[in-house]
Amino acid sequence: MIAIGPEPIDVAAMIAAVGSPAYGAICTFLGTTRETSPGDDRPVEALEYEAYVELARADFESIAAEARERYGPLRIAIAHRTGRVALGEASVGIAVGSPHRGAAFDACEFAINTLKARAPIWKRETYRDGGTAWIANTPS
Amino acid sequence: MALRVLAFARLRELLGFGERSLDVGSSATLEDIWTSLTASSPEAVRMRASTRFARNGVIVDGATRVADGDEIALLPPVGGG
Repeated sequence: MIAIGPEPIDVAAMIAAVGSPAYGAICTFLGTTRETSPGDDRPVEALEYEAYVELARADFESIAAEARERYGPLRIAIAHRTGRVALGEASVGIAVGSPHRGAAFDACEFAINTLKARAPIWKRETYRDGGTAWIANTPS
Repeated sequence: MALRVLAFARLRELLGFGERSLDVGSSATLEDIWTSLTASSPEAVRMRASTRFARNGVIVDGATRVADGDEIALLPPVGGG
């Protein structure tokens, strides 16, 4: 399951999409919007995400395929918000179902790290003083 | 040749378009297109090393030649998550 759009992250739907009677583990990760950026103490008022949706969707599919190559049989759901996201809300969600918890934890971490490193999605912070900045991810 | 060019995030703001059509010569590379589109923005020029190109949804390098009808995308450093 892949979702890219303005709707809130639907964790219950993601969990339902990756579960299986053959699996004994589901690992979820939510990235939530924070009121400050590292190295910048200006309070953030709002965050907006922009995506190259077609390419991001293909990239999420490829992250899921790479995770299966590395960690064996598993199901992955990846969701990312676009547009304005209120502080404290989830902007990204990953759910991984797998036979055992080790692979679920590992694949979940791999998926979020890979997404942050390369997926064509951008974040703009608007500060309470009215300024804005596009924030690039730093290597994990 | 007619192309569709997409620009995102800071590059969209600097170049003044999110999407536009562009006519180029038959042997144009992505690097040629970048040079021409960023000619009036020193800040965009400085972003070249951190900018990736996509041609028809596939990441490619600047030496890649374009073909009529291509969708070209200019991708500044990403910030998803």
